[in-house]
Amino acid sequence: MSVDIDTVKRVAHLARIKVTDDEAGQMTGDLNNILAFVEQLGEVDVSDVEPMTSVVEQSMKKRADEVTDGDYAADVVANAPVSEDNFFMVPKVVE
Amino acid sequence: MSELTNLTLAEARDKLSARDISASELTGAFLDAIAAGNPALNAYVAVTGDEARAMAARSDEKLANGTGGALEGIPLGIKDLFATRGVHTQACSNILKDFKPHYESTVTANLWADGAVMLGKLNMDEFAMGSSNETSCHGKAINPWRRKGSDQALVPGGSSGGSAAAVAAGLCLGATATDTGGSIRQPAALTGTVGMKPTYGRCSRWGVVAYASSLDQAGPITRTVRDNAILLRSMASVDPKDTTSVDRPVPDYEAAVGRSVKGLKIGIPAEYRVEGMQGAVDSLWQQGIAWLKDAGAEIVEISLPHTKYALPAYYIVAPAEASSNLARYDGVRYGLRVDGTDIADMYENTRAAGFGTEVKRRILIGTYVLSAGYYDAYYLKAQKVRTLIKRDFDLAFQAGVDAILAPATPDAAFAPGEFSDPVSMYLNDIFTVTVNMAGLPSLAVPAGVNGDGLPLGLQLIGRPFDEETLYSLGSTIEQAAGRFEPTRWW
Repeated sequence: MSVDIDTVKRVAHLARIKVTDDEAGQMTGDLNNILAFVEQLGEVDVSDVEPMTSVVEQSMKKRADEVTDGDYAADVVANAPVSEDNFFMVPKVVE
Repeated sequence: MSELTNLTLAEARDKLSARDISASELTGAFLDAIAAGNPALNAYVAVTGDEARAMAARSDEKLANGTGGALEGIPLGIKDLFATRGVHTQACSNILKDFKPHYESTVTANLWADGAVMLGKLNMDEFAMGSSNETSCHGKAINPWRRKGSDQALVPGGSSGGSAAAVAAGLCLGATATDTGGSIRQPAALTGTVGMKPTYGRCSRWGVVAYASSLDQAGPITRTVRDNAILLRSMASVDPKDTTSVDRPVPDYEAAVGRSVKGLKIGIPAEYRVEGMQGAVDSLWQQGIAWLKDAGAEIVEISLPHTKYALPAYYIVAPAEASSNLARYDGVRYGLRVDGTDIADMYENTRAAGFGTEVKRRILIGTYVLSAGYYDAYYLKAQKVRTLIKRDFDLAFQAGVDAILAPATPDAAFAPGEFSDPVSMYLNDIFTVTVNMAGLPSLAVPAGVNGDGLPLGLQLIGRPFDEETLYSLGSTIEQAAGRFEPTRWW
């Protein structure tokens, strides 16, 4: 399988990365090289093989559903580019 | 290099506890070495001199009253991927510009609890994506090693290139690093240092900037096998904050160093004999086999038939996980923001400006292989291949193999820019990536030099949570091969 420049632009939009036409052209070549490289997986017979979900055989750890952490909103927003009253500030999203 | 910066971690520990040297003078010597060497090597992207001196002073008090921890007064470098409270933590990406976390990663918290001193944060490929440290937003780190008779700069490998360069050049006694596809072992091999990628789940991933969560694992880079064992014992822990942290006590790894390897069965995988492997690498591998045989180990040929599919499967699984993990960098909660006409435009501008080319490439590949209509063909297929890769190892271990010996890299250190297309750069990890796909522990040990006088490493792969056997075998190779140190030019 290979991608064309329009597919690359669509994927870049899905990934929320703005690309110029030049960058999209360059990425199309790069992505096709990588896709050609991974194509060799087609040689492997994976019928009746379960996909891996975890490399370590351990059942999922659980904990009691109780508050163990928190109450430091100022720390949470401390690195935000813009914040006000411990809220993250973003451009207006609803009219 | 002063006498103090020439010490191994184990020697420094012993001299500190015997009060032959003070933590403050030791830390001072390393800060001086960094000031002298870092302009040429670019191993550190932030030096925390004031914090280091304060930590060392506290260590001296503890050493004086006999309450010192296992690493009391030991100066370490920390890969820029580990969150360190109030200190530069950028994953060497512009998108995390000025980020200073208000929390500490579990691994570094363990080190400070044991008394270690932080010298600063170490250079790396952006978000740990790279094999040469060339994708860092702070510029490339430089290998302290050069080819015989040449002054051409070489890369220290990656992604933990700053960690490896700093340890090899004597700019710290040991360093933290992380390994997703070879990022501890490949730079260790290229700099003549010792690097351990522990079993997945051995070191907590909490507070380590995520790249590919099912593969990422922290480990130490050091000058000797013993130093490595000492550092891993402090880094490893069981952590309730990481659900993939495995509930097993941390053994005394140092006790395994120097232990006899007599009777151990060592597998030699035929599939690691690949086209394009350098002659020096192959002869070193044969030398390694001979050393282990001389030490009483039994050598057996084994087959890991899916080896060649590990790298292509990795380049589906890792970018897929990365595209998901890196979605958090949106210009809202931390790091860079570039304004736009609306919120979506702000996201797109921020991510376009903040991520470098290799990171964008991997996010796009990951987004593509996870997108509707392609998930089964790429991602699901790769996860099935991963099951087969792990099964290859399981079968070898079930047949009685205690550990596997293979080369760490296909060649020695290379020059910046030498691999201009992404796929040829990816091939650097051909010997290391299988281990991440299977979650196994693996130790890279320097074992010799090539015709240009550059170090080469061998890689030992073990059963899950059997890092101890790797340290025993690694110290056997180290004893036979000796240690490798670059000639100082910086």
